[in-house]
Amino acid sequence: MSSGKTLFDKVWDSHVVRQVEDGPDVLFIDRHMVHEVTSPVAFLGLKNRNIRVMHPEKTFATADHNTPTINQHLPVADPLSANQLKMLEENANEYGISYWGLGHEKNGIVHVVGPEYGITLPGATIVCGDSHTSTHGAFGAIAFGIGTSEVEMVLATQCIMQPKPKSMRINITGELQYGVTPKDVALFIISQLTTSGATGYFVEYAGEVFRNMSLEGRMTVCNLSIEMGARGGMIAPDETTYHYIKGREFTPKGAAWDTAMNYWQTLYTDEGAEFHKELTFDGSQIEPMITYGTNPGMGMGISNDIPNAEAVQGGAATYRKSLQYMKFDEGDSMLGKPIDFVFLGSCTNGRIEDFRAFASIVKGRQKAANVTAWLVPGSHKVEAAIKEEGILDILTSAGFELREPGCSACLAMNDDKVPPGKLAVSTSNRNFEGRQGPGSRTILASPLVAAAAAVTGKVTDPRELMEMETA
Amino acid sequence: MAYDKFDILTSSAVPLPIENVDTDQIIPARFLKATERKGFGDNLFRDWRYNQDNSPKSDFVLNNELYSGKILVGGKNFGSGSSREHAAWAVYDYGFRCVISSFFADIFRGNCLNIGVLPVQVSPEFLQKIFDAIAEDPKTEFEVNLAAQTVKILTSGEHESFDINDYKKGNMTNGFDDIDYLLNIKDDIQQFAKSRPF
Repeated sequence: MSSGKTLFDKVWDSHVVRQVEDGPDVLFIDRHMVHEVTSPVAFLGLKNRNIRVMHPEKTFATADHNTPTINQHLPVADPLSANQLKMLEENANEYGISYWGLGHEKNGIVHVVGPEYGITLPGATIVCGDSHTSTHGAFGAIAFGIGTSEVEMVLATQCIMQPKPKSMRINITGELQYGVTPKDVALFIISQLTTSGATGYFVEYAGEVFRNMSLEGRMTVCNLSIEMGARGGMIAPDETTYHYIKGREFTPKGAAWDTAMNYWQTLYTDEGAEFHKELTFDGSQIEPMITYGTNPGMGMGISNDIPNAEAVQGGAATYRKSLQYMKFDEGDSMLGKPIDFVFLGSCTNGRIEDFRAFASIVKGRQKAANVTAWLVPGSHKVEAAIKEEGILDILTSAGFELREPGCSACLAMNDDKVPPGKLAVSTSNRNFEGRQGPGSRTILASPLVAAAAAVTGKVTDPRELMEMETA
Repeated sequence: MAYDKFDILTSSAVPLPIENVDTDQIIPARFLKATERKGFGDNLFRDWRYNQDNSPKSDFVLNNELYSGKILVGGKNFGSGSSREHAAWAVYDYGFRCVISSFFADIFRGNCLNIGVLPVQVSPEFLQKIFDAIAEDPKTEFEVNLAAQTVKILTSGEHESFDINDYKKGNMTNGFDDIDYLLNIKDDIQQFAKSRPF
């Protein structure tokens, strides 16, 4: 019996320009986001071939990875970073690409500003030279990270050549507990699948938990798809999606909106459509999550103890090497471990909802004296909302400072580096060795867990602080 | 950027029997500030290879003279994490032309194919045989034959085949890249672009 099509099939198939025999599909790209770090060699390639950008109007550039988060009005001190930023600006100007550089009102992390200005749309194909491009799947787009050779391909021809990934659906049913955020849902899924469990797949997230989730939350979940190896993740568009995108600067208007809506309303997985793999979890069983190792799959509920090497998938030697780096032991509880740094921000958790969550815990409390906290909004728009909603006052009263937008300590290309041996609770996406600075140790968690750590100076279950408020 | 053609590679190999080697280890983010593709090999595995005072770590395999060759052999899930093509550039620039593992992360695998590094995926059992052969004799040679799609341990003659699609195999064999292909169908692409609603 022939069955229906998946959401992923519908979007992918409608973008295939041609199929290469025993090879990849030539996939047309609707939106291409460009940043300063992975684009210079691609533009150099265009120059060497003496070709132009085929669709500059479908291409958007922002500076984010390698930018300071204080004193952005001053010249960038690091000459290599300054040069990379200058190159992006020159390339954008030369090829007629919209460029939102440092100081521009629309500047921010590429995966935060794309949605904010309506560049991200349901049913679109979106790529960027950054693995967290999967974020945009929250809108029902096919969005994924590409390498610099592919950045050059998209600049030159608006296409890339990719074999079609296999499909996986992950259903989360039920209702989330109090204190459990979209970040926890994602870290839970990754802990179940491991850091490579979805490699080769494109994931659709389905079920009540995602239907009831805000678009910001969906972005957090889709953002982290790459951390279990998936090419990307997506969620079918619904009223929440249309409400979010309507009226934004680059969103279709008038008749174009109506045409687009007619298309968008076809974007769901048909009854009976088959996936290569399908998994279902009970959302009510998820608790606030925390990582203890050096990949995002090494996570657990915050009240659990670090598993023994024999009890985990994968090699025990690699597992022990990871714990040794973190200076943790098998069987340890994470609760009560003293921490040195807190980072709130990144394309994973740098949106207004994340600052609201952080503020809900720190309100009326004080930053712990042993903690250095970096609070970095994902964009100027987020920064403005933090001020408008009175969140900045809460943060300031609690002893925190707000920095300027950028990727910051998520990958520590700029000066926001966690020093060797120091332990950070971070709302970002990767706890790899040295990710936040050479020798740094990273615990990944939600903004609520980060806030609880920031005010207590140690790993703390945020529900304890939330219960105190309601008691 | 076109690259050297890949035919048959016969070489000893450098073993890295660690799982989930991510691209932040292959090339840390602080070395991504270049605007040209050169010199990345110097910083390949920087923080595993060098202490913070830049002295070499004697226990890391790239600092061990026993091991050399144009083949890097890594544990399961090699190249996970960031999409930075710089990781593949660093592998290539250091002198590797082939990476063998039992499992590759998607983006790293694609990046390798796009720049002329052949990712060879073998079974976990055969990967272990390769590690064992190198442990027994670090000078053990391997033959990676792209046309035949086989990798062979030359001392024992044991071999396994690997997958690669015909299109990518043709590119690797001839040193072509995808842009050459795409530019040749530019008119079709422009025609297709007109049909897109936004």
